[in-house]
Amino acid sequence: MPPELGEMELTSFLNALPGAISQGLVWGIMAIGVYITYKLLDIADLTVDGSFCTGGAVGVMMMVAGHNVWLSLLCAILAGMLAGLATGVLHTACGIPAILAGILTQLGLWSVNLAIMGMKANQSLNVNNYELLVSLRYLQDVSKGTRPFWQHPIFVVGTFTVVIVAVLYWFFGTELGSSLRATGANPNMARAQGINTDFNKVLGLVLSNGLVALSGALLAQYQSFADINMGRGAIVIGLAAVIIGEVVFGKLFRNFGLKLLAVAIGSIIYYVVIQAVVSLSGINSNYLKLLSALIVAVFLTVPYWKGKYFSKPVKKGGVTHA
Amino acid sequence: MLEIQNIYKTFNAGTVNEKTALNGVSLTLDDGDFVTVIGGNGAGKSTLLNAVAGVWQVDEGSVTIDGTNVTRLPEHKRAKFIGRVFQDPMMGTAATMQIEENLALAMRRGKARTLRAGITKAERERYRELLKILDLGLEDRLTSKVGLLSGGQRQALTLLMATLQKPKLLLLDEHTAALDPKTAAKVLDTTEKIVQRDKLTTLMITHNMRDAIAHGNRLIMMYEGRIAIDVAGEAKKKLTVEGLLEMFSKVSGSTEADDKLLLS
Repeated sequence: MPPELGEMELTSFLNALPGAISQGLVWGIMAIGVYITYKLLDIADLTVDGSFCTGGAVGVMMMVAGHNVWLSLLCAILAGMLAGLATGVLHTACGIPAILAGILTQLGLWSVNLAIMGMKANQSLNVNNYELLVSLRYLQDVSKGTRPFWQHPIFVVGTFTVVIVAVLYWFFGTELGSSLRATGANPNMARAQGINTDFNKVLGLVLSNGLVALSGALLAQYQSFADINMGRGAIVIGLAAVIIGEVVFGKLFRNFGLKLLAVAIGSIIYYVVIQAVVSLSGINSNYLKLLSALIVAVFLTVPYWKGKYFSKPVKKGGVTHA
Repeated sequence: MLEIQNIYKTFNAGTVNEKTALNGVSLTLDDGDFVTVIGGNGAGKSTLLNAVAGVWQVDEGSVTIDGTNVTRLPEHKRAKFIGRVFQDPMMGTAATMQIEENLALAMRRGKARTLRAGITKAERERYRELLKILDLGLEDRLTSKVGLLSGGQRQALTLLMATLQKPKLLLLDEHTAALDPKTAAKVLDTTEKIVQRDKLTTLMITHNMRDAIAHGNRLIMMYEGRIAIDVAGEAKKKLTVEGLLEMFSKVSGSTEADDKLLLS
């Protein structure tokens, strides 16, 4: 390979880096939502594949209808929470296993999302006509110097992330938040201590999907459109971020707030790696979903096999090479 | 304090695995009663405790605690009245949470969980003092994860959690059965201490006849989903293992079950 070509690919990767980090941060908010259900409640909530798009669709349609960007985000969050509520009620009141309850909501949301977008598979949001919070265009504008640095998506979404982590850190330290953690840690113990585990599961699902929808709404703004397929595989990306964050920072971050931050960073790492693969290897981007699935499968397998086949002497850093 | 009236419970009704676990059990406990419960496997001991705790609804009959009919209340609402320790040391505590967090959760049993701090500084000091009673050195490990503790330590902690908010009723479901003899004796000793100190109304299942005789002011033996023997007061004080076995063979009409009872 001629050196010029390698350099070109590297340059293209470096140019794409801020975009990858921005995207990683946006998806990181979704991943924090997934962390709440998957890690704290011990539920693999498949609602997110649908509620992510719900957030994007509501966010875009609200803005197209002329509403303020903040109100649009708020409505997107509320719509996501409703989706979480649906899954929660199906699971607790109707006794449907959590995974299936999530799949049912997700399937139903397909129609709902289409309806929200006026029975169209996608809706665009022209960045020239609206004042957005995050946009790929703003990223370019900031580097050109036509916009102030604080409108850079990394800065904006980074601020969102820090605020969300701070609020969640506070919440999970309260009586109610602790009882939610106990519900996931040991439901028997929780009930014996008078905790309404059904209510807490619903609450966790509502919170989680609110964050997921917020992430979806931010992504729709960032890419200037909402698409019916935008949430496909979201759960896998969320899990990837959670697991990467845990593997990379697990030993370092003991504090709960830092653990949440690790999830956001895990999401950034995920998108940077994906970008690197795309830029440097020139792989057809259609294979990215397969790649994502493989990454998550490997990261879930390694700790399991480690426990099963190499139980006693745990080597440091063994997992990071997976 | 506790009034159980004619309760029935059948599992897997209408299938080949149908099992009548409780077959018309009535039992009244006075305030401060410490009742030990014995019986062979499948006699209905744990089922009786679970019926009181509300793990599921009974088919018939009623359960009243301190004048409140709790028959239709879900488990988490009954927890307001009841402290529980389970046979499995893993079951009563949250392994991934700290010792102090577990205690703080138990401290709020029966109270509304609000957005106030999950644990306060003043509480921590109190927990430190209370953990000293257990004599396991846990008072210096408040922020350790409970998963790091031994089975005995976890049972002792669960016992402390069950009695942190004085319960109307303490349910102990073979809580020393999974422990080694020395640890079991220590946990039982702590149990006696706490029950005496707080004058708790207690139902304790045990697989050990000697423990059942040595503790409490009343002893019941269950057989085939019913209370077969009920001994209290002076008669209970004079009870011996041999006497108990003799009473049992009279009730069940066979001596065959003796070995099973002693071993189980």
